[in-house]
Parts: sequence; C-alpha cells; structure tokens
Amino acid sequence: MPTVLACIAGLFGVSALSLILIRQRAAAPIVYGACLAISLALCAIAVLSIGQAPSQTVLPLGLPWLGAHFRLDPLACAFLAIINFGGASASLYALGYGRHEAEPRRVLPFYPAFLAAMNLVVVAADAYSFLFAWELMSLASWALVMAHHRQAKTAYAGFVYLIMASLGTFALLFAFGLLAGAHGDYTFEAIRAHHLAPGLAGLALVLAVVGAGSKAGLVPLHVWLPLAHPAAPSHVSALMSGVMTKVAIYAFIRIAFDLMGTPAWWWSLPALLLGGVTAAIGVLYALMETDLKRVLAYSTIENVGIIFIAAGLALAFKASGYAGAAALALTAALFHGLNHMLFKSTLFFGAGTVIVATGKQDMEQLGGLIHRMPVSSAAFLAASMAISALPPFNGFASEWLIFQSILVSPQLPQMGLKLLVPAIGVLLALAAAFAAACFVRAFGTTYLGRVRTDAAAKAIEADRWSLAAMLICAALCLAVGVLPGIVIDWLQPAATALVAGHMPPQASIPWLSIVPVSASRSSYNGLLLFGFVVASASLAAMTVHRFASRTVRRAPFWDCGYPGLGVVAQYSATSLAQPIRRVFATVAFAAQEQVEMPPPGDKRPAVLRRFLRDPVWDFMYAPIASAVGTSATLLNHIQFLTIRRYLSFVFVALVFLLVFLALWG
Amino acid sequence: MSPLAFDIAHMFAGGLVLVSFMMLYQDRLLPLINVLSLHSLLLALSVAWQANVQDKPDLYVTAVIALGFKSIIIPMALRRMVVRMELHREIEVAVGTGMTMLLGVGLVALSMDLMLRVTAGASALAREDVALALSVVLLGLLMMVTRRNAVSQVIGFMSIENGLILAGTGARGMPLVVEISVAFSILIAFIVIGIFLFRIRERFDTVDLHALDRFRGERR
Repeated sequence: MPTVLACIAGLFGVSALSLILIRQRAAAPIVYGACLAISLALCAIAVLSIGQAPSQTVLPLGLPWLGAHFRLDPLACAFLAIINFGGASASLYALGYGRHEAEPRRVLPFYPAFLAAMNLVVVAADAYSFLFAWELMSLASWALVMAHHRQAKTAYAGFVYLIMASLGTFALLFAFGLLAGAHGDYTFEAIRAHHLAPGLAGLALVLAVVGAGSKAGLVPLHVWLPLAHPAAPSHVSALMSGVMTKVAIYAFIRIAFDLMGTPAWWWSLPALLLGGVTAAIGVLYALMETDLKRVLAYSTIENVGIIFIAAGLALAFKASGYAGAAALALTAALFHGLNHMLFKSTLFFGAGTVIVATGKQDMEQLGGLIHRMPVSSAAFLAASMAISALPPFNGFASEWLIFQSILVSPQLPQMGLKLLVPAIGVLLALAAAFAAACFVRAFGTTYLGRVRTDAAAKAIEADRWSLAAMLICAALCLAVGVLPGIVIDWLQPAATALVAGHMPPQASIPWLSIVPVSASRSSYNGLLLFGFVVASASLAAMTVHRFASRTVRRAPFWDCGYPGLGVVAQYSATSLAQPIRRVFATVAFAAQEQVEMPPPGDKRPAVLRRFLRDPVWDFMYAPIASAVGTSATLLNHIQFLTIRRYLSFVFVALVFLLVFLALWG
Repeated sequence: MSPLAFDIAHMFAGGLVLVSFMMLYQDRLLPLINVLSLHSLLLALSVAWQANVQDKPDLYVTAVIALGFKSIIIPMALRRMVVRMELHREIEVAVGTGMTMLLGVGLVALSMDLMLRVTAGASALAREDVALALSVVLLGLLMMVTRRNAVSQVIGFMSIENGLILAGTGARGMPLVVEISVAFSILIAFIVIGIFLFRIRERFDTVDLHALDRFRGERR
C-alpha cells in the first residue's frame, strides 16, 4: 500500500515537474517516460498483490477529523491493473504521438494528474477522499478535453462535460451521504456497517447509478461522452474511453456490491435495464456516425452497457444466493472491462495515427490507408475483430462469459428477472451484431477501398513508439483471447471478495479450456480455435497460391459498363450503414431520407439528404435546457434592482420565516 | 441576580426599542443622526451594565467602542457629510410614517411572541434581552427598507448592529462578543465608505476617481 501511494505521489510530482520543464523541448518525452515507468510499476504491484489480504493506510490529509483512508483490496487491484496498463500504453503511444501536439503546455501538466487521480479513486477508502479524487479526475480530464480549445465545438464539448460531471459528482455525494447516515463517519468501514431501510437503499442505488453512469456514459446520461472523448488528444481519448469509464464502473461495483451490503433482487434492475438499452442504442449511434473518433466513443458507450449488464446479473445472482453464478457474471464484467481497455486503446491509437497522418477525422474523407499504413492498419484490424467479439480474440471470451451467465439466469426465482434477462440477452446479441457491422464499416471505410482525398493519399506510417503501443495492445488482445483462463483465475480474488463465490479454477482444466460453470455444461478453448483459424487460413492461402498463380495482378476494376466512375462511387460509411439505418434508426432516431431530383434537362446532381433526431436530446435535455433558459430570462431583471429592493427581499424573507416559525414552530 | 439589576437591564434594552421607534418616526436627517447617537449611547450604557452584572470586564471595551465610535465619531462624520452635501433640508420617506410605525409594532409583537416561546429554557434576563434585540434588528431592517437616502440606510444598518451587540452581550457565556463588536465596527466603517463610493458611481457611472477630476475640469 505505501508503494502504491508513493507511486501516485510520484505521478503528482511529474505533474509539478512538467510545469517547470514546460518550455523545454525535452518536456514531453520526460513526462511521458516518467508516466510510463510509474504506471508499469503500479500495474506490476496490482497484478502481483490481487490475491493478498487487504492493506489499509490512513494519512493525515483532507478533513482534520477524518484523515484520508486508502485501502488496497482485490477489487482495487483489478482496477489498478486496468488503469495502469491503459496508462502505460497511452504513455508509450504518446512518446511518439505527443511530438505532433501543437500546444503541449495544455496537455503535459494535466496528463500525469489525470492518471494519478484515477489511481486515487480506486484506492480511496473513505467517501471524502473518494469524491475528492473523483472530482480531480473530472477536472483533469476536462482540462485535457479543452487542450485543443481553438477547434470548433471543443468549448461546447467541454461545457457539456463539465455540467454532466458536476451532476455525477453531485449524485455520488448524496449517495454517500445516504449510505453513511447521520452519524458523520464517512470511512468505507463505517458505511459497510451501516444498513439502510429498503426505500433509502433504493434511492442510494439510483443516485449511485446516476453518479457512476454519467461518468461511464450510460444512456441517457451519455450526451457528453461522444462530444468530449473525441475532442481530446488521441492518447487522452484512449485513456478516457478505455480507462476512465472503468473507474466509473468501479464506483458502481464498489457501492452496489461492497458498501451497500446484502442486495435485494430489484437492485439489479437499474443496471440491467439501462445496460441493455445502452448497449443497443450506443452502437446504433455509432453506426450513424462518420467521424472516426466519435464512432469509437459511441462504441465505448455500448461496451459500458455490456459491462453494466454483467454487473446487474451478478447483483441478481448474489441477491438470490447463487454465489457461483454471481462470480461468473462479475468476473465477466471485470474481464470485459479489461478487454475493452485493451482494444479501445488500440482503436483510439489507430485513430490518432490516422489523424496525424492525414489531418482528417471524417471517415468519408479517408480510405485506402492500408497501403500507406500497413502496420497500424493491422493493429486496428485486430482490435476491430476483438471489439466485434470474433474468436479467438479477447472480446469473444468475455462476451461469451456474459452470455453464459445469461444462460444460467432461468435458475433465478424471481419471475420478473426470468422474463427480463433473456430480453436483455437479445439486446446484447443485437448489440454484438451491430458492433461487428460498425467495425466492418469503420475499418473498411478508413483503411480499405480507394483513397478518397489527397490528404489520405499522402499519409505516412506512424512513428515507432505509436506502433509499439498499438502492436503490444493488439497482441495482448490476441493473447488474452487465446488464453483467457489465466486472466479469469487472476480476477477470482476480486469476485470472491464481493460475492463470496468463485468460478471453477481454470488452471486445472486440461488443454487450456475455460469452463464457466461446469464442464458438462459448456466450455471454450481459445487455443484450439486459434489453431484452427491459423491452420485453415494458411491452408486456404497456400492452396490458392499453389494451384493458382503466385503473381499479384493489377487490372482495371469492373465499372458495370459505366466508364469514369470516381472514388465517390464506392461504398461510403453512410451508404454502408443505410440498411441498418432504414430498419432500426427510423424507430430509434426518427431517421428520414429525402431525395432531391433535379428536373429533366438540369445537369445538377441528385441529392440524398438524411435526417436524424436524437431522442435523448430531444425529450430529455432540450426541455431542461429551455427551462433553464426561460427561467434565467425571467429572473434576469432581478439582477438590476436597487439596494433597497434587495434589502426588501431579505426583510420579507426574514419576516416570512419568523412568522412561519411563530405560527407552526 | 437581584431584581434591581434585572430591571435596569430591562430598562436599557426596552429603551433601545423605544429609540428605534423614534428613528422610524424621524424623517429629517440631522435629528435622525442625533437619534442614532442616543441609540448608541443607550447601547453603551446597557453593555456597561451587563459588564457590571456579569462581572466581565472585557465587555467594558465593547461599551467604550459603542460610546466613542458609534455614539460620537460616526454621527459627527455623518453630520459633516450631510451638511456638506446639503442634504440636511431634505425630508424623505418612502412609506408613510404611520404605516411604518404600525408595521414596527407588528414586528415587535412578532419577535416577542417568537423569542419568548423559543427561549423557554434560558434565564429571564437573556430571554428579555434576546427578544428586545430581535425587535431592534427587525426595526432597523424596516428602516433600511423604507428609506431611500443612503445616509438613513447607514443609520438603519448601524441600529441593526446595535441590536446584534445587545443580543450578544445579554446572553451569558457567548464567546468573542468583544471581537465581534470590533469586527462589526470595522464593517460599518467599510459600509460608510462603500455607500459613498456608490454615490460617486451613481453620479458619474464609475468609481474611478479620475472621473471626479474630469468633472471638476482638472487636467493632468
């Protein structure tokens, strides 16, 4: 524990150091190098100490009568590993990517502070330190979002982010207030010992879902996420998407599984329902989007939904006493969190290299990059396959575990859950299929096909550091997918500590298979599948090359008899998504298409316009925003009264309160 | 506590309320300043009596401040300002005097009713003192609300402050009374300065003193 705190203090030290070095050219390598080293150290500590007994430290910081409590338990270790591996790979990537930063002064001081704050959230063991670290994390990431503040819409993204972050902290503040009760002891130990009445527990749970969900991006609290994540520099986007959402999920798991005590079955409902909606809607948003980084941000929302589904299932199983199934679902949630960190970091790194190479972020202006950037496109492809849950990559392993826990759900005694969970499973399957479509579209439009703009034609491959970070993450996606048993066993102490059950130990199962419940029920062997994929693919490739010609022939493409088709005639991101838009988005987003045909004889091209409405924005945020605006206008004239009027307000309020007290006191 | 001591404390506190009513009634500025001086004098006497009764010599400091600063210096300064600004002929009331007096009577009744009920457990002296002090505060606030002139608002504010000090000294065992009264005196000084800055701003749309120079036709 002291080592962890020393490392976190070291990150803050790096943040301070960067202020001194800010004018030097060597500032960026020094800062990112130091972050890389410290994150690797923290990651190693977390990986090694997950099975050990919790250790606690109290520092005389913060509120004088409370102090700052820090605790390293298995759950904290699991998330520390996720945070710091993501931090380390982002720092490695930034060693190369950071050179292209126009204003490093706006990034360098906040980057280590952001990492430190996320670590601090996870090890905090009293409500005050937790909220302090949480708010520090929000503010540091806000500063990073505002790094490119001169670009259009960045200021708006920062504004929306700030509002939603305040809302989330506000909700968590009240949640902790309810959980701690009136006696004012805000250590997590006291909160664990304090039991709430069912009504208050429900309120605290809703507040926790709002607080953690607004940071994680649960629909309908997600509005800031697709604005803010893409606005930041790419390594920060990777951190925000891959890591900060995990910190929010940590907050939910910590409150719902640990602090609130024994769950009731209906506690799982908010997580299950919102998670299901988030998973399906999030990726549907992604399919409607053409900005590469926004696609990735929406896909993050989807994955957060998937993790929340698994966490909700674990709550339901825990409440009904199925400890083994609860451990399965919770392990799946943690495992998917880890996997999402790996592939989403790779994807954002890939997006960053594309932006550096071409200056374009819109997929409709890219294309054909696989020829100019072969290595990074390979990493991007691997991560796309992983996020689309294709075996043998890691995304498949964790989503398969989640489906296994859904298949156990008929054992649940509650009729409501028996009906609800399969429906959630359907949403999850839908989301998985959409995700595959989404990443076929993202990879295909960006890297395949013909080059759409000159900028894309002049792209060059990224530097070594960036490629190293991408390749390491992509290789880990494959490695974890092939050998998921190691990770599952490693996560068991965290699951056991929270739900008092555990999955079968995977190390003892022959042939490196994984078995979620029992061998007679289902098992999965990543290695076997990997071997089969490699063998069949090489066999096919060999056969083609042996029995056909070895040479690569280039010929004019088939133009259906219409000569002179330009690059605009190839599939675009919008046209690839059209079938899904017509089937699903007409309901979800009121999507409409309008064709403008010029009259005969007119040589103007026909125009196809599409219209989308965001129901969440229209029905939830727009009314709130207009109500705030209206009331602000109504109250505005109060700003310009005389001193005497203001005094009259005070006087009348005072007399009113006194009369109230006199009559009913 | 002897009945005589109680009666004398009661007399001073009641006197303060009475003088507050005189303030409400007085609509010319120079007599109003005299009434303020009387108000502060009564406060000083009351605090000194409390110091005597409670055996707390530090309260004499508060009494001396009330007497010297608020009963002599500030009224003199205000009088000079009023004369210099030629306000001493003005008569100003925003709400009619009779109406204001009626409202004041209602406020005193309200504070009596409330405070005597709320402080049922306290000593008799403290109860009376707090109830009368709240009346003084409310009357001062009423005065600030009903007057337009900045000087009479300053006077209203000072009578509020007198009421607060009365409450503070009457309640036995209240800590830092002396310090609070000193702090309030400084606050008053700032308010007096602030009001005049406001007046400058209202007249010249700025608190920049160069504006005054420009207005007087001076050049640098």
